Amino acid sequence: MLAFVLRRLLQAVVVMLTVAFLAFMLFQYVGDPVTNLLGQDATQEQREQLRRDLGLDQPFPVQFARFVGNAVQGEFGLSLRQGRKVSTLIAERFPATLELALAAAVIALVVGVPLGVYAALRRGGFGSQVVMTLSLLGVSLPTFLIGILLILFFAVILKWLPSFGRGDTVALFGGSAWTTGLLTLDGWKHLVLPAITLSVFQLALILRLVRAEMLEVLRTDYVKFARARGLEDRAVYFGHALKNTLVPVITITGLQLGSLIAFAIITETVFQWPGMGFLFIQAVQFADVPVMAAYLCLIALIFVLVNLIVDLLYFAVDPRLRIERPAGGH
Amino acid sequence: MNMPSPTAAAPSALRRFFDGDVWYSFRNSPVAMLAAVIAFVCVFCAAFAPWVSPHNPFDLASLNLADARLPPAWAEDGQMRYLLGTDDQGRDILSALFYGARISLAVGMASVLLSVVAGVGLGLLAGFAGGKVDAFIMRVCDVMLSFPSILIALLIDGVGRALFPNAHDTLAFGVLIFAIALSGWVQYARTVRGSTMVERNKEYVQAARVIGVAPWRIMFRHVLPNVMGPVLVLATIQVAAAILTEATLSFLGVGVPPTSPSLGTLIRIGNDFLFSGEWWITIFPGVMLVLIALSVNLLGDWLRDALNPRLR
Amino acid sequence: MATAALLEVDHLRVEFPTRRGTLLALDDVSFSIDPGEVLGVVGESGAGKSLTGAAIIGLLEPPGRIAGGQIRLEGQRIDNLPYEKMRAIRGRKIGAIFQDPLTSLNPLYTIGRQLTETIQTHLPVSSEEARRRAIRLLQETGIPAAEQRIDQYPHQFSGGMRQRVVIALALAAEPKLIVADEPTTALDVSIQAQIISLLKRLCKEHGAAVMLVTHDMGVIAETCDRVAVMYAGRIAEIGPVHDVINVPAHPYTVGLMGSIPAMDEERERLAQIEGAMPRLTAIPRGCAFNPRCPRAMERCRQERPELMDAGATRSACWLVQDRKVST
Repeated sequence: MLAFVLRRLLQAVVVMLTVAFLAFMLFQYVGDPVTNLLGQDATQEQREQLRRDLGLDQPFPVQFARFVGNAVQGEFGLSLRQGRKVSTLIAERFPATLELALAAAVIALVVGVPLGVYAALRRGGFGSQVVMTLSLLGVSLPTFLIGILLILFFAVILKWLPSFGRGDTVALFGGSAWTTGLLTLDGWKHLVLPAITLSVFQLALILRLVRAEMLEVLRTDYVKFARARGLEDRAVYFGHALKNTLVPVITITGLQLGSLIAFAIITETVFQWPGMGFLFIQAVQFADVPVMAAYLCLIALIFVLVNLIVDLLYFAVDPRLRIERPAGGH
Repeated sequence: MNMPSPTAAAPSALRRFFDGDVWYSFRNSPVAMLAAVIAFVCVFCAAFAPWVSPHNPFDLASLNLADARLPPAWAEDGQMRYLLGTDDQGRDILSALFYGARISLAVGMASVLLSVVAGVGLGLLAGFAGGKVDAFIMRVCDVMLSFPSILIALLIDGVGRALFPNAHDTLAFGVLIFAIALSGWVQYARTVRGSTMVERNKEYVQAARVIGVAPWRIMFRHVLPNVMGPVLVLATIQVAAAILTEATLSFLGVGVPPTSPSLGTLIRIGNDFLFSGEWWITIFPGVMLVLIALSVNLLGDWLRDALNPRLR
Repeated sequence: MATAALLEVDHLRVEFPTRRGTLLALDDVSFSIDPGEVLGVVGESGAGKSLTGAAIIGLLEPPGRIAGGQIRLEGQRIDNLPYEKMRAIRGRKIGAIFQDPLTSLNPLYTIGRQLTETIQTHLPVSSEEARRRAIRLLQETGIPAAEQRIDQYPHQFSGGMRQRVVIALALAAEPKLIVADEPTTALDVSIQAQIISLLKRLCKEHGAAVMLVTHDMGVIAETCDRVAVMYAGRIAEIGPVHDVINVPAHPYTVGLMGSIPAMDEERERLAQIEGAMPRLTAIPRGCAFNPRCPRAMERCRQERPELMDAGATRSACWLVQDRKVST
């Protein structure tokens, strides 16, 4: 068990270093690192000074080490577009993205898993086919289009819900450390459409995954044996089959959380939700390298952390992984 | 026992296809047939856009500003000439749809082709060479898999933009296709690698190696045919995904150059007019996009079930 | 026969509709099992042995379905029961054991949980009582330290141990009949004998009859009271085990027995029955065995023989009628 955790941690570090390397390459060779750090309005003197300070004449590994050192402290310089510190910008936007992603994840799970189970148990039935068709639609509709359609219906035609922004937010812990829209009704109204938009793709994916897994499980010998023992349907489906289905689903869903944060880029753009994704898009449009590099590193960190947690969770749920040696005897 | 007559030829490959399970499954699935028809119509209109479209929306000389912002033909103020209405510059939406679909499909298919070639090639290499090469390629796959494709595409595009700020349009297309391809090759690599490893241990491969047949020949002649089934299914579904990715990138403003608008670009342009009630400028390109993606996805789904021996 | 039969299978037909037409997988199969008796069902792969078992416990995989005939348990029809009624019978009246003990047990639940769940589904006992019974069952099947091991997971047991757990599970609700489908095929040869004798002993102690499906004649000889030989979805011969083995009447059975090498014989080549069992799509007219039969007559190619009295056994062969039976 310990060996497993250590190995995963090592892998995580390797991934982070690789990503840091890519980010470093971005920083150094795309555009000018001095400009990246000082912004575009620095004087020639400041540039010279920084060049010496940065040791841009130093060998590559040293520069890389310095970059990593800075990155670990969250120091990525100034945004080319806005002239403010990248770390501040990201810190401001992070809560918005996180709330959005969590809301979407909850919707996707709460709706996706039961529907997937239903589609597997009632395979071939009319309701099941409707569900599967809708899920196919969910995978064929691009996220931005879903957003546009929802805006068209609920904001333009029906005028029930607002169509952009985050609404009224409340700062937690005093200061501006973490602003949340979850404590105001207005915040919730603003959250509904973007959260649904973001959740659709995940929902469809989870639904199809749960259904496929469940169908596989329903074909196993132990389910057949459970039925042969005369266990009630409820016990067979929700006791035996469901538990075995959910184990791989947990892994994949956990991994999806990371991709939710990435897909939030699109949703935030459509709804002008002030999150990290929107920031990133503006950075790409503007070729704002420091922001791109920082976003890259942060996303990688989130992914790696989520992967690690999911692996540990898997360990906790599947008894086969826990104990190493089976007892002997015939 | 009769001897088979020497003049009777084995049934041709085409004949065997039509007698086989795949065609049977197709004919019995109304959904697959409908999807195929829709996909075909879309592809046809897109491919032959200049001949099928009633107008050419990108010929600036033919545009008439007086015809701008017309609603679809069945609404009040609509005209039969502009069946689905016009946008703010007087461009016919229906024609723009076909031209846009052309770009979308071209980019989608090109990137999938690149993905398949790269993925299958790397998969064959990894499976056959084994050892460090295999380990390295798989590591790369693992890392890439943990990143969502849209992010990879965005990054490559962003980097491309930063590196070549005044890029020629063709280069922009190249970067875009490369970006989308890069986000999709991993699945092929994994599948092909798995199959290659299975085949590699079979005796006929070992025998061929002993005789001295070059490894790449073995790979292409024997492994590849066995793998094409799943690869085909993956590729079909990927075309839909690639088209949607391109549309998303274009919608975000970092996709195709503005001079060759794809469906995503059209949706973005139309989005600005949503609030003034001119919904047709954005909705129709959206419908077209969904039709293409949905029909291709349905075909891919059906293909997967038809080729899956366990479900027969 | 003094006591009524426990299980009666009467002209059972099982079909599989496919796109190439309807396949008849079981064609007019009839036999009976008395209480406490061990009936072996032997035959090649694809002869229909497992299907018969599946039909009896009501777990035919769709699109397979029972197309004719009856199955009666203690005199009452069970082939046409609604799902809930059949479910109540499964486990409680009829138990089942499948081939692979590794995949028969749910890896995520302790064996104790799987045992008590089965017991409590069918018998009105408390959890403590169920657990006591479960421990006792495990002890009966020869699992050491049952009180500790009851809370372990299936992967913590070896193959033979797992099959013992499976036997315990099948007997948990005290059924009258156990359908055992190749229970030892997936086990090491050295363990097979142990498991088979365990099965026989326990069933005798619990008063359960056994329908033992296998392709291994050695197991049949050791364990069964009677044996039915199946071929191409039909029964070729049925009778007391020693008679079928020593004085078989059906040419197929003769061929089967002849192909088993004996320790005390000297032989240069293994004897075989020429040809192969026909596929379900191409069953010959008349007697299904006739293309391979060394004694086939014209009648065999036209009319299908029913099971007929052939002295010690009953055999589906026209030779019986013409009294041309010889070994």
